[in-house]
Amino acid sequence: MSCSSCTNQPVTPEVFGAEGEHPDFPNGSTNPCKLCTPLGACLAFKGIAGAVPLLHGSQGCATYIRRYLISHFREPVDIASTNFSEDTAVFGGRKNLHTALDNVGRQYRPALVGIATTCLSETMGENMPMLLGEYRAEARDLPPEAERPELVHVSTPSFKGTHASGFHAAVRAIVTALAGTESPGATAESRLAIFPGMVSPEDLRHLRDFCAAWGEDAITLVPDYSETLDGPSWADFIRTPPGGTTIDELRALSHAKAALELGHSLATAPITAGTHLKTKFSVPLHRLGLPIGVRANDAFCTALAEATGRELPERIAAERGRLLDSYVDAHKYLAGKKAIVYGEDDLVAGLTVFLAETGVVPVLVASGERNGRLAEAIFTAAPELRNRIEVREGSDFGEIEQRIEELKPDMLIGSSKGYKLARSLGVPLVRCGFPVHDRLGAQRIRLLGYGGTQQLFDRIVNALLEAKQEHSDIGYSYL
Amino acid sequence: MTQPLEILPSRAASIVEAGQAGGSVRCGKVSVAGSVSQRACVFCGSRVVLYPIADALHLVHGPIGCAAYTWDIRGAQSSGPQLFRNSFSTDLQELDVIYGGEQKLERALRELIAKHKPKAAFVYGTCIVGLIGDDVAAVCKRLSAETGIPVLPVASEGFKGTKKDGYKAACEALYKLIGTGDTSEISPLSINLMGDFNIAGESWVIREYFERMGIQVVATITGDGRVDAIRRCHGAKLNLVQCSGSMTHLAKKMHEEHGIPFKRVSFFGIEDMSAALYDVAKFFGGEELMDKARAVVRDEVAKIYPQLRAWRDDLHGKKAAVYVGGAFKAFSLVRALRTLGMRTAVVGTQTGDADDYNTLREMCDPGTIIVDDSNPIELAKFCLEQDVDLFIGGVKERPIAYKLGIGFCDHNHERKECLAGFVGMLNFGREVHASVMSPVWNFVPRRAAKHAITPTAGAPKSKEAVA
Ligand code: SF4
Ligand code: SF4
Repeated sequence: MSCSSCTNQPVTPEVFGAEGEHPDFPNGSTNPCKLCTPLGACLAFKGIAGAVPLLHGSQGCATYIRRYLISHFREPVDIASTNFSEDTAVFGGRKNLHTALDNVGRQYRPALVGIATTCLSETMGENMPMLLGEYRAEARDLPPEAERPELVHVSTPSFKGTHASGFHAAVRAIVTALAGTESPGATAESRLAIFPGMVSPEDLRHLRDFCAAWGEDAITLVPDYSETLDGPSWADFIRTPPGGTTIDELRALSHAKAALELGHSLATAPITAGTHLKTKFSVPLHRLGLPIGVRANDAFCTALAEATGRELPERIAAERGRLLDSYVDAHKYLAGKKAIVYGEDDLVAGLTVFLAETGVVPVLVASGERNGRLAEAIFTAAPELRNRIEVREGSDFGEIEQRIEELKPDMLIGSSKGYKLARSLGVPLVRCGFPVHDRLGAQRIRLLGYGGTQQLFDRIVNALLEAKQEHSDIGYSYL
Repeated sequence: MTQPLEILPSRAASIVEAGQAGGSVRCGKVSVAGSVSQRACVFCGSRVVLYPIADALHLVHGPIGCAAYTWDIRGAQSSGPQLFRNSFSTDLQELDVIYGGEQKLERALRELIAKHKPKAAFVYGTCIVGLIGDDVAAVCKRLSAETGIPVLPVASEGFKGTKKDGYKAACEALYKLIGTGDTSEISPLSINLMGDFNIAGESWVIREYFERMGIQVVATITGDGRVDAIRRCHGAKLNLVQCSGSMTHLAKKMHEEHGIPFKRVSFFGIEDMSAALYDVAKFFGGEELMDKARAVVRDEVAKIYPQLRAWRDDLHGKKAAVYVGGAFKAFSLVRALRTLGMRTAVVGTQTGDADDYNTLREMCDPGTIIVDDSNPIELAKFCLEQDVDLFIGGVKERPIAYKLGIGFCDHNHERKECLAGFVGMLNFGREVHASVMSPVWNFVPRRAAKHAITPTAGAPKSKEAVA
């Protein structure tokens, strides 16, 4: 068994700022704008071919996380748990972990088991690398070497970090564990690698498409849950749904042509999957924002031009042209409109930078994340916003609500968790990000690329037009 | 995909077939490690039970997840305050874990009570609170003295048992409220409704039936619950306990301490709903009351029967799989499905006990698979083997059904449909009929072969055909 964690340090999400405390809200949270760290890790593991996530802790966390993911993706999301009991909490989780690995192996025949810790096992101080090392050494009745799953461990205490940091930590753990572990003599082609962050299955498919337009027919997306979490109807039960980044692709990352890592905030994180490839294997790294809006997409295209040596494809140029044209068509509808944007740090940064291009003022940008990077990430990418908007980390809906009266937003942009607020204000909510629990098709919401921005842009404009129409006494049908 | 779906050897004893000899179903055990159990944790059990108390503050003491995942996802309704629909958490951070979270808890309670002025506060302990050793009870006592409202600790650390233990912890917390209110002006014909959570207004429906019989409902525990009503509910003469798993503990305590007898009932399906009304009439005695109960049943059944009969014609002979939390609900569903002409081919629960499974064995047709604490692979296997047309369960089971092209009815706390009472039976029938009879099943791969609708070259693949 190739137990990655025995040789590598566990990967912990980074925490910055004043001891993780929010200066204004030191006493807890009201209606959170974040989820817990292992949820992000499970999502990332779902994007690896044949992978099964396993949470080291008690049953509840796994079940809650499953239900939350299922309600968003409307797909089966199997997450195993080591099922701690009182005894386990006292004597340690060694036996449970080993039994769980046996049972997951037997039931799912996985290619990889992604082991994420929970608050409980982290507080107990479980030594995961050691426990996994022992498992490899001790277990006797395992299938032959070639059929044993990879074991990748990521440390995901929720008392530091959010689902977004858990996602990034898991991606980093996967890449750290597997890149460069091919058997000698393997000759996989040198591909473009993309670390897209927590985006929708539709956006993942779109990224492939986008790169195909640049002549890159095969790219390595890490993770890629475009099929595993948005798949077709089945004829028979499938243990681990098809799709996902394959182990071989992950091994070959060490000689990727270039790596593109998306996320304005992630771009200044000290260690990521991308920086690992760069420092260890000298893979050229482009750290970019999520390609939403003209500027971020231009930067994305510049990076692709550099990585591929090709010029902007006509098809993409045409998409860009149409997007700009619609900016012009709609500019008066949007002028001075105020939006509150909330969600994961990279998502809100991407949305904010885009909104600034259109005339919408993102008056309040709120994230549950507390890594101290968000404001700078936004102002670096959209300097015109500096000193004009509020950016809040460690935020929650309780806090957003307190700012509403003064800010008087015209719209909310973010997950379905803002619905109650939007409803009480009587303003539209443009749904994107995670979770969207009250609409169909959360997996197919597009934001990325000029084309994805176009869809988002149309939705924003039309939401405002619709609100205007509904609130008018006359009810024009010609706007 | 072609590999057989395997049952873990350690799980085999938890599965039996009705009509077959064999030992009793292994149940009431902690889930097997590495099995993808559909169960939750102790905290989940407590949260389910106490959540609908609308004018209380519910503060989850722990890291964010446990609170975030239970924020406003249930269908429990309130006729007044909406405070319960918020998610309050101490959102413990690393330093709290190291130095203890008591101070943070105290500050949070003080601030939230001042801000929201609840009638009581429940403080739920989660896993790591049990580990870092916070004295939650002491903090609650202090704050109770300081603020003048009951501040009640709920010992719901996730790893300390199963969901059932969470029910018990919730009952213990509730019990501290009971007996502290004024019981004047309570009728001799009075009951409490326990274990109904007012999902989509169900408690209101049930309450109205009893009121028509001239029976006073003192407290609904906890659907559309109010702290003051719970405080005086020991003045009622009878406790009606539905969803047996969650509230029997409280009913037993009230029996011992306050001498109030209880009856286990179910409000799902015509048979069980009627039986509940008759049981209460019998308890209080008198032909007049029984006549009133009969009148309610007669009037209500007359309203729904013609429609049910029409659906029954369509649904006759269709097969269902049932996987729910408590066994009492499973019993009711087996009967309600029969009312619709359907057969239960698979039935399982998260928390049933040995007696419950024996009852299921007796009431189900031979060949029915009966299972405790199942997981997705098993459930899928049973559904395929039994070729069911409908799955009744919760959100976690829904994708298993949908992926395999099987109809689905949500019977969990998250549902937004009223399924209790006679009107609930009508809604249930409507939902089952809508799902089972949908034309989409003609196109899904599992069924398409039978209907000879398969994609040919140039034709869209089955997925697109459905979309
Ligand atoms: S204990 Fe931690 S990991 Fe588990 S649900 Fe709560 S926050 Fe998430
Ligand atoms: S941490 Fe414990 S209490 Fe919270 S969801 Fe997980 S198992 Fe339940």
